[in-house]
Amino acid sequence: MSATPPTHPLFAARGNLRRRRRVNRVVEISSTVAALLAVAVLLIVVFSVFRKGVGALNLGFFTKSTPLFGASGGGIANAIVGTGIMVGLATLMAVPIGLLVAIYTSEFAEQRVAHVVRFALDILNGVPTIITGIFVVGLIVIPQGHGSGTAGAVALAIIMLPIVARTAQEVLALVPETLKEAAYALGVTRWRTTLRVTLPTAAGGLLTGSLLAIARVAGETAPLILTSFLFAPGVITDPSQGLASIPLFIFQSSESPSPESHTQAWAAALVLIAFVLVLNVIARAFYARSRQRLEG
Amino acid sequence: MEATSLPSAQPAVLRGKRNLADRIGDPLLKWLSALAALLAVAVIGGIIYEVFHLAWPAITKFGLGFVTTNDWNPVASRFGAASFLYGTVITSAIAVLIAGPLSIAIAIYLTELAPRGLARPVATLVDMLAAVPSVILGLWGILVLGPFMHDTIEPALKSVLGFIPLFSGDPSAFGILTAAFILTIMATPIITSVTREVFETVPGELKEGAYAIGATRWEMVRHVVLPYSRAGIIGAVILGLSRAIGEAIAVAQVIGGATGIHVSLFHTGDTLAARIASQYQGAPDALQKASLAYLGVILLVFAIAANVIARIIVQRGGLKDVAPAPDIEAGATEAQAL
Repeated sequence: MSATPPTHPLFAARGNLRRRRRVNRVVEISSTVAALLAVAVLLIVVFSVFRKGVGALNLGFFTKSTPLFGASGGGIANAIVGTGIMVGLATLMAVPIGLLVAIYTSEFAEQRVAHVVRFALDILNGVPTIITGIFVVGLIVIPQGHGSGTAGAVALAIIMLPIVARTAQEVLALVPETLKEAAYALGVTRWRTTLRVTLPTAAGGLLTGSLLAIARVAGETAPLILTSFLFAPGVITDPSQGLASIPLFIFQSSESPSPESHTQAWAAALVLIAFVLVLNVIARAFYARSRQRLEG
Repeated sequence: MEATSLPSAQPAVLRGKRNLADRIGDPLLKWLSALAALLAVAVIGGIIYEVFHLAWPAITKFGLGFVTTNDWNPVASRFGAASFLYGTVITSAIAVLIAGPLSIAIAIYLTELAPRGLARPVATLVDMLAAVPSVILGLWGILVLGPFMHDTIEPALKSVLGFIPLFSGDPSAFGILTAAFILTIMATPIITSVTREVFETVPGELKEGAYAIGATRWEMVRHVVLPYSRAGIIGAVILGLSRAIGEAIAVAQVIGGATGIHVSLFHTGDTLAARIASQYQGAPDALQKASLAYLGVILLVFAIAANVIARIIVQRGGLKDVAPAPDIEAGATEAQAL
């Protein structure tokens, strides 16, 4: 990796230089090992999930619901439906609001106000998700008297909001100023320019932010424990009731001592990790294409 | 785009219509988006208010003594945060002590050492580690890492470092050290991603200058890259710390859920976030719920302080000013990691 040492005797490595080269070599090797280690941990986790979960995957696992405690067999149909509904509702709330926030800071707000909003989003992003859960308990669960899919969705939406808004801000900043100015010069108003020129130009990047946010909350467990905890079997589609979810199913099964529950947990983990990683890959692909277009 | 033709060229009726839409459209979008921004800011205020509100019965009953009380006894209605505070501090500290140097090394590899074609895929894989849901890392922690800690790592640590009280006691699958390792795995991709971003802002001229006077690669990194990026690295580590402090689920799965402060790292324990996650739903009485919310207050103070400090340090370090164009991908992965 280091430059090949010159062969002329005047440049031969000895003494101090040899020691310095040795230190350099040690650092280079340990840095490489560190990177390998991080990649290895990812591969080990993904491989564990795959090896232990793939055996329990069959059609019934996707079409049957979780039986009441202790009963064997069953699947995660209710959890898949519950996660789908809650993540879907959260997306419907967080993506439009997040986009509007980004439009405000990049098109309308003064520098100072935009800075405050950006700072608030960063702080919101750093709030532990369990705290978001407590917030929604006070906001919705206690007034309503019980946990519900809606409460879970609101908690997930709050977690998504800063991710969607921050990526959207970064992407909107990449849209060439000249493009907007061209529209203004033709007498097009600001809102039309934003909706017809700026947003379509940035579409790929905006999609990336939304997909990353969805991938992030699909695996979120902590806020759902507080807002949409559920033991009832069967598929429920009414978000005013508590809904099952894949992360909570994994959590509950992992806490159980029975090996059969563990197998179920691994299988559900395989479904979830496949969904999350595939979504990440798609998001990155969209991003790469959009960036290429923007940078021409 | 109908608006591309000159207004005067259009029939008066059409012009009137368009002007009306445009007269409403501009302020409408402006106020709608301002409202959304206000909502985002209000959510922060709402979170702070609501957590304090729910904790209020416990705050008035226990006062600040709650923080130093080492008791969690629902039967006697005595609650205190000390053992969870200790658990949070010790697990996060170990996680960051390992993840910090590891992440800096990974960032050095990615920015200075990796062959051109390899840097991007490896960086993506490290980022992917942040995308693994914490409940899955927890499951892996219970069934794979836990037994491995019990059978291999903890006995080895004990036989070599057993004279230090931290490594005394019986190895166990669940406990502080297992939780700290899981948190290390979570913090590493975050610290790496921010550190790498900072390293990429180091001007090439400075690096070439160091090489030109005969520095080895490590000497260049040590005397140019690291000093230049110091503020950014500190900010990155604090962000990783805040991630570790706030993690509830994976820690609840592997730490063993015990009250009390024990010197041994092999012993079970609990953290602020994990205790809320494992008990809030089943808490039988109002005072216990309020006490759990009080734990949330402490956690929230930690998390907000860490984030504010980290952002300030990173911005003071001039990262935003130095970077020529905002790199959305790094921003996206950072946002996602957090």
